[in-house]
Amino acid sequence: MRRILSIVLENEPGALSRIVGLFSQRGYNIDSLTVAPTDDETLSRITITTYGDDHVIEQITKQVNKLVDVFKVADLTDGAHIERELMLVKLRAASAKTRDEIKRTADIFRGQIVDVTPNTYVVQLLGTSEKLDAFIDSVRQETEIIETVRSGVSGLSRGEKALRI
Amino acid sequence: MEMMSGAEMVVRALKDAGVKHVFGYPGGAVLDIYDALFAAPELEHILVRHEQAAAHMADGYARATGEVGTVLVTSGPGATNTITGIATAYMDSIPMVVLSGQVPTFMIGEDAFQECDMVGCSRPIVKHSFLCKKAEDIPVMIAKAYHIASTGRPGPVVVDIPKDVVNPKESHPYEYPKDVSIRSYNPTVKGHKRQIKKALDVLATAKRPVLYVGGGAIAAECSDKITAFAEKFNLPVTNTLMGLGAFPGTHKQCLGMLGMHGTYEANKTMHHSDVIIALGARFDDRVTNNVKKFCPDATILHVDIDPASISKTISADVPIVGSIDQVLTDIEAHLEVNPIELDKDAIDTWWQQIEGWRSRQSLSYEKSDEVIKPQQVIESLYKATNGEAYVSSDVGQHQMFGALYYPFDKPRRWINSGGLGTMGFGFPAAMGVKVALPDSVSVCITGDGSIQMNIQELSTCLQYGIPVKIITLNNQALGMVRQWQDLIYQGRHSESYMEAIPDFVKLVEAYGHVGMRVSDPKELDAAMEKCFAMEDKLVFMDIIVDQSEHVYPMQIKFGAMDDMLLSKTERS
Ligand SMILES: Cc1ncc(C[n+]2csc(CCOP(=O)(O)OP(=O)(O)O)c2C)c(N)n1
Repeated sequence: MRRILSIVLENEPGALSRIVGLFSQRGYNIDSLTVAPTDDETLSRITITTYGDDHVIEQITKQVNKLVDVFKVADLTDGAHIERELMLVKLRAASAKTRDEIKRTADIFRGQIVDVTPNTYVVQLLGTSEKLDAFIDSVRQETEIIETVRSGVSGLSRGEKALRI
Repeated sequence: MEMMSGAEMVVRALKDAGVKHVFGYPGGAVLDIYDALFAAPELEHILVRHEQAAAHMADGYARATGEVGTVLVTSGPGATNTITGIATAYMDSIPMVVLSGQVPTFMIGEDAFQECDMVGCSRPIVKHSFLCKKAEDIPVMIAKAYHIASTGRPGPVVVDIPKDVVNPKESHPYEYPKDVSIRSYNPTVKGHKRQIKKALDVLATAKRPVLYVGGGAIAAECSDKITAFAEKFNLPVTNTLMGLGAFPGTHKQCLGMLGMHGTYEANKTMHHSDVIIALGARFDDRVTNNVKKFCPDATILHVDIDPASISKTISADVPIVGSIDQVLTDIEAHLEVNPIELDKDAIDTWWQQIEGWRSRQSLSYEKSDEVIKPQQVIESLYKATNGEAYVSSDVGQHQMFGALYYPFDKPRRWINSGGLGTMGFGFPAAMGVKVALPDSVSVCITGDGSIQMNIQELSTCLQYGIPVKIITLNNQALGMVRQWQDLIYQGRHSESYMEAIPDFVKLVEAYGHVGMRVSDPKELDAAMEKCFAMEDKLVFMDIIVDQSEHVYPMQIKFGAMDDMLLSKTERS
């Protein structure tokens, strides 16, 4: 099962490599990873999407929690949560017909065209990973995908629940 | 505030951390620290002959005393040579601080001479690590390193110190922190009240209980409480390889070691139990055998300071996260208000069954007039030392014979690499013990293979007068490998012979010590007495033993805990 783990840790050199190292050392997979300082600059927040059954996720959570730099770990998928991922897609857009089709699809997905050249478009899209996948699937029918980049998932729990120290 | 150089700060911070002994080896990146050390004779430095041995010495030092062992090495090869020693300490949760030199900060990343990313290399085998980039950070980092190494579930910590940071020409204010607090690091010590109550409710219904005690119980320093608890409920007790001595080995409730080479009664009792109380043990694969067949009827109560050790391989029915010492104190308090009683008839019946298993005498072996049996050597050692020695071991058959035939009545007396299984550990570990406790009798049980992995330390022993006793069960083979080849590979002894074994007696004499060779069973006890009578001498006993001997019992792979071979011809 897909899980989204949120980790708050010291914003210190080496802290990220300890997390990443732990995952590879213990054979856990990382599907996506985002990291940046929080509003408190001494702290970083990492969001990792991974796959595993309850037992594996429990072990991951405990092992991550054990790292000296880590304050808190939460499995966002345990409760109601918001997840967002940003994607930029560069598409072949050489003919008027293709340009129209891309524009229409981008509108449906609430994407924006953020770069235009005579032969290419770059579409920016924000949403759940599922939505980004769906966009890729439909635009692939219309034109050539030149390259894509995704930020990886960021997430928060809904309501009062928060990962604060 | 006092002003001093980074190098002086390192030495001073070690003293302020309470360090008395440092095991190390100099080199370019740490010469400034060594120069500062020259001016601090109160910090005793032991110059080893190989950095791996320095780590094992610090490790043995820590295991015997509970204090943090300290290692100081140079960058690059000095640092990488400690890796096996750090991994050994990590697997067995031993408190250790390794200070490694590093190339100057402005050269890091340039493949400078003797540069190696020590923080990166050691990352999977440390509890934590620091790269010290500013001299001002030295006191706090060193204080934190000792704090982290020794609290919670103990473990090794690396502090990597670039050469420019310890520049003797610069001067910085020095202040050692009074208390160390690390905001993201607060190990749980106190067990949850409700969980403790739940555990006691389960225990109250037990008809076939067993106490399974591991190395965590030794780290928690609470053997008296464990014994009192076991006696109160008349519980059978089994110790893991790491837990030997946490509950007295000669106690009538002690069933000996469990697991791969555990006694028949210990493994049988575990397998047939209805309640297992695990204290600081981690259901390691060398204990459980096939997890799918593990103790089918047992409800598992698991106390451990490390939540990640609970329900990792075997799921616990009642997990209690906390220090065993604290949890047993809380249990005692709880029982005073809410006493429980176990079903006396059921427990009596259970003991009868256990005595039945015990009467099979799974450790019996046949003596011979011609050749010394390895088991016999350990029994002779036990007699000669009144069962009170600190016994360090290497890895192999001799280790299992030591664990099975030398019952330890006190914690911290049995010192072995249980988790990593590091050949070459025993001798330097025994040296660390002797340095920490000069009045103790420190013995190393080893094999002709293992001893050669750190034999160079004979030279260190001469330099510092470290009179350990080395008991080599010389079977002229990598015995444990050979045993597996006998049992699993139809006797094909691929590369398990040690050809050209040196004349150990001559070798130790060349190093300036005493060597003895024994091959006649009739001479064994007298030779052993003679060895221990030479209190101030390092004595190396080269004891020629029966090469064909196997360690039994031995669990059968993929079986349940109690599926065992009891000898070359018997199965459980
Ligand atoms: C560093 C290292 N290399 C290899 C092994 C694998 N191994 C385990 S026991 C053993 C044989 C040990 O031989 P010896 O020290 O002579 O002891 P014996 O089994 O004969 O008592 C070997 C090679 C190990 N445990 N450690």
